[in-house]
Amino acid sequence: MSCFHLDNVSYRYDKSPVLTGIDLTLEPGEILGLFGHNGAGKTTCIKLILGLMTPNQGSVSVLGGHAGDPQVTQHIGYLPENVMFYPQLTGREILNHFARLKGASLQQVPQLLEQVGLGDAMDARTKTYSKGMRQRLGLAQALLGKPKLLMLDEPTVGLDPVATADLYRLLRELCEGGTGIVLCSHVLPGVEPYIDRAAILTDGALKAAGDLAALRRQANMPVTLSLDPANSISALEHVIDSASSSSGLIIKSDSGRLRVDVQPRDKMALLHAVMASGEVADISIHQPSLEDIYVHFIGSGGLAHRGGSQ
Amino acid sequence: MNSIWTIARKELSDSLRNRWLMAISLVFATLALGIAWFGAAASGQVGYASTPATIASLASLGIFLIPLIALLLAYDAIVGEEEGGTLLLLLTYPLSRSQLLLGKFLGHGLTLAFATVIGFGVAGVAIAVLVENVAIASLAAAMLRFIGSTVLLGWGFIALAYVISVRVSEKPIAAGLALAIWFFFVLIFDLMLLGTLVASEGQFSAELLPWLLMLNPTDIYRLLNIVAFGDSAQLSGVLSLGADLPIGAAGLWIGLVLWFAIPLAGALLLFRNRRI
Repeated sequence: MSCFHLDNVSYRYDKSPVLTGIDLTLEPGEILGLFGHNGAGKTTCIKLILGLMTPNQGSVSVLGGHAGDPQVTQHIGYLPENVMFYPQLTGREILNHFARLKGASLQQVPQLLEQVGLGDAMDARTKTYSKGMRQRLGLAQALLGKPKLLMLDEPTVGLDPVATADLYRLLRELCEGGTGIVLCSHVLPGVEPYIDRAAILTDGALKAAGDLAALRRQANMPVTLSLDPANSISALEHVIDSASSSSGLIIKSDSGRLRVDVQPRDKMALLHAVMASGEVADISIHQPSLEDIYVHFIGSGGLAHRGGSQ
Repeated sequence: MNSIWTIARKELSDSLRNRWLMAISLVFATLALGIAWFGAAASGQVGYASTPATIASLASLGIFLIPLIALLLAYDAIVGEEEGGTLLLLLTYPLSRSQLLLGKFLGHGLTLAFATVIGFGVAGVAIAVLVENVAIASLAAAMLRFIGSTVLLGWGFIALAYVISVRVSEKPIAAGLALAIWFFFVLIFDLMLLGTLVASEGQFSAELLPWLLMLNPTDIYRLLNIVAFGDSAQLSGVLSLGADLPIGAAGLWIGLVLWFAIPLAGALLLFRNRRI
């Protein structure tokens, strides 16, 4: 049973398309990063899975049921962006309220608050909370009742680096317990080490989806090799020149090292040649990062036409 | 049912926390005792006048105060949750929109009912104990009728406030519209009715005219509390039309019930069709 499955889903808002033909699946124990520019349709995607809206076309199945069914939503945890809780209530009272609504046991409330680092502040009114503390409260709320599907919209906003690391450790644990997790974030380098798969949306269409290796293959972006010459730069340059049968290699010398951008399919051949020549003292390989891949798929069209509202 | 009660329970504990419940009860008790003691001041004496006169005065003041309190209590029920971002979150819980709104109604409705029973109940008991020679049975009946109709009137305006709250997207707009509703039913409506009466110079169907009073819950409320004493002399202004109304007290009660049931059903319908 997948956590959710979107099958050819389209959604229109006042006749203008927000999402077109989205196919996306999340399996238990997976962390999916959902990325896209402002107005790309991330929030709409999440709302469809949560059952807040129904698609104009296609089908959404969630945890083996219908999106929005009470038996289904009971097992979903959701952290919205920028939630302000009831300012006159304490953290504990708010979590008790939401636990009752979810039919979750109230005993886990202090435990959850402790887990997100609000142990000392749970009996203070939330109007005294900082942004980071409200975010932690939101997380504790999303974790109520051990969800099987967890959807987090910008979970690390306002969290300090230590808390962010704690959060990702927590997510990894949940994942190992079989929870499927969706992460929406603009902090790409931050989430890169933690996601199993990424889905990139632009203008309501799914541009790419898959694990990082697959996305790299799909993007076919050059890999950068950084080479330290064993003897002289010119000798090393000569080796590279003669090794590369294909064109498109860029060689830049800077401070005694060589940077070579090589197409993924030529990488191994070049490495073999360089190693065999004995002209290299050290090699480091830079794969394109998630951010590079994202920019590749989104296109660097500037901010102008990326305005759109969420 | 459980989730409705969870929502209601939060509203109730909120109104205890922010002292709304206490404040409304206090206002009601002060109002009732003040009128009971100084109601006869116009005729040059201080002291309890009579039960019908006291109830009539209370009802006349009630139509200003009770709609206002009910509207203030309820106008931000949904739009307030939306502004705080909790509406979206609540709807991702195993909770339907109807359950959310009904839970709010139960919470606000009970808050108003408790305040009414406590405030006017205390006043009723004080009158029964302190005033000599008051007919306890008729006082109790009048007080029960008054409290019951006050609660129904309050529920009507809570439901009207919800109709606004599920439609608009900003709290200040909801507050403005709530005041407009109060202004219309409490001040404008009777003036319009009076104007129609005068302008039509008797041409208007005499059978139809009294029924127009049923279009305003505050008029039904006043009629209900005054007509019950069988003393049409207390009916002043447009209310004198009510003497010609061919329905008895039961009809008026039904009118008040419809005045909260229909707006509540309307608010539920609007909320269900609203885009989040």
